[in-house]
Amino acid sequence: MNINYLLKKLFHSFITLIIVITINFFLFRVMPGDPTAMVAKSANLSPEYAEKLNEMYGFDRSLPVQYAMYIKSLVTGDFGMSFKFRKPVINIIGERIMATILLAICAQTVAILFGIVVGTLAAAHRGRKIDVGALGFALFIYAIPAFWLGIVLVSFFSVKLGVFPVNGMVDAGRDYATTWAYIKDVLHHLLLPSISMGLAICGGYTMIMRSSLLDVLTEDYITTARAKGYKRKDVVIKHALPNAMLPMVTVIAINIGFMIGGALQTETVFSWPGVGRLVYDSLEARDYPVLQGAFLIISFCVIIANFIADILYGYLDPRIKYE
Amino acid sequence: MAEITKKNVKYQNIKRSIDTFMGNKMGVLGLCILVFFVIVAFIGPLVYDFDQQSYGKGELMAPPTNGFPLGTDDMGRDILGSLIYGAKISLMIGIFATLISVCIGTFIGISSGFAGGKTDIILMRFTDGFMVLPKLPLIMILAALLGSNIRNIIIVLGFTSWTGTARLVRSQTLSVKERQFVERAISSGAGKGYIMFKHILPNVFPLVFSNTILVTANAILTETTLSFLGLGDPLTPSWGQILRGAFVSGAVSLGAWWFFIPAGLCVILLVLGFTFLGYSFDEILNPKLRRR
Repeated sequence: MNINYLLKKLFHSFITLIIVITINFFLFRVMPGDPTAMVAKSANLSPEYAEKLNEMYGFDRSLPVQYAMYIKSLVTGDFGMSFKFRKPVINIIGERIMATILLAICAQTVAILFGIVVGTLAAAHRGRKIDVGALGFALFIYAIPAFWLGIVLVSFFSVKLGVFPVNGMVDAGRDYATTWAYIKDVLHHLLLPSISMGLAICGGYTMIMRSSLLDVLTEDYITTARAKGYKRKDVVIKHALPNAMLPMVTVIAINIGFMIGGALQTETVFSWPGVGRLVYDSLEARDYPVLQGAFLIISFCVIIANFIADILYGYLDPRIKYE
Repeated sequence: MAEITKKNVKYQNIKRSIDTFMGNKMGVLGLCILVFFVIVAFIGPLVYDFDQQSYGKGELMAPPTNGFPLGTDDMGRDILGSLIYGAKISLMIGIFATLISVCIGTFIGISSGFAGGKTDIILMRFTDGFMVLPKLPLIMILAALLGSNIRNIIIVLGFTSWTGTARLVRSQTLSVKERQFVERAISSGAGKGYIMFKHILPNVFPLVFSNTILVTANAILTETTLSFLGLGDPLTPSWGQILRGAFVSGAVSLGAWWFFIPAGLCVILLVLGFTFLGYSFDEILNPKLRRR
């Protein structure tokens, strides 16, 4: 791997990070309403707490000074205090992030498997019924709001048939005899949200898999393989599929960065105790420090995932030029 | 023999375009769906009796009956009436948000591609940085900070969805810029602004067009989600607002399907209409795709 390529991509990620931090800073300082300052000036706030907020955010100082203070506190891992919970934001997000990762991994697995299988089938039967069906399905899935899909699944499977719990990650107030019983309960709660979120994102994977495989299938080496007498099925699966997976790998890496933000709708519908639901609850409570922190963490994940995707792509596809 | 006049050629071009479009089943289906919703949005309110719309006219969350073809919501309002009213809101938000988004995207894209050099690098870095921001959380925070009303939602949606258009316009500008007629215009002393808007814009626009329609689909979807999450305009009964009402009032646990199924289907159908149209335009305007 070329070190210059790596450094260049690292530099790009760094610039993006600065942009994100700056946008995040201005979003919560100079926007109309100036939320954090508004809270600091709020009448029913104890003078000591207001003093503390002023000290923390430096509202009485100039903007550049506030910006410098903000960067300094970020570097030291200080994301501020939650208005609602009166706890450090970083701890609150830390408590929630595992639930989101668990849900997102399950949902991504569902979506990726579905995308690869259906996308491959569609490309292999280009222009025929399977292809048209798969394309139509992918577009249809794209048009469905993710939260609505969740609602419909809950109303059918949980309410009508009663096979799955309506919401949450575990049964409320239940004591578990063994760890295994606990795990089983979590899995039981996990299944429906995973399918719901997985279905909501599988359309994109299907489309990319299909078009990527169609591209590869027009290449000369595929014609050669066919001319040599390999079966069509073998050519698609053994010769074309590995190369067609390249764009998929990049898209998967990028999507993993977006998964925390993407889980928001599903988490809201299922009351899944993750970061997405935290964002929703914090908006209702106007808990701006938590929102700001969550937004920053979500953006970090996307930047890191993009960086990994770039590196992975450069590594997997030697045709990419390392300028 | 018909005389080959400028007007004649133009007419034939238009006729050929229409023929190509009519041959595209997906596009025709999309257009039909859109026409249906436009009729519902603008003729519906004239024909449909909105008296049922007021609070407490019907029973609370009652299933479909004679007076209420699609039942009532948790405040006893007629759901069909709300759906008809919501069509206009969704169309309006989608179209106006797209206008803002396309203007910003086209402006940044053309400036970036035409100026080149440092301007290009800075604008594209900025675009990339913006692209990376998690859309939904950003839109939610912006809507919450600005305050939820229709105008603000349109502005927020417009200002957060221009990145794709900007990249597309830039790459197209780069290729148009190299063509001879631009060179000729430069050598005959045309100003930069003149070339950008009189020569490059018309050549870039057809490719942007299909993208534009997809932006509209996305804006409608995002507005629904925003309203559902409680960040919509509480005074406007949009489809997302109906779905929020259903979610918050527990219609899901009560099995009141008429409260959330029709509204969801309307969103899906309208978004599909725009998506179909967008894809078919893409096929027609970008012939490279046609070979697939």
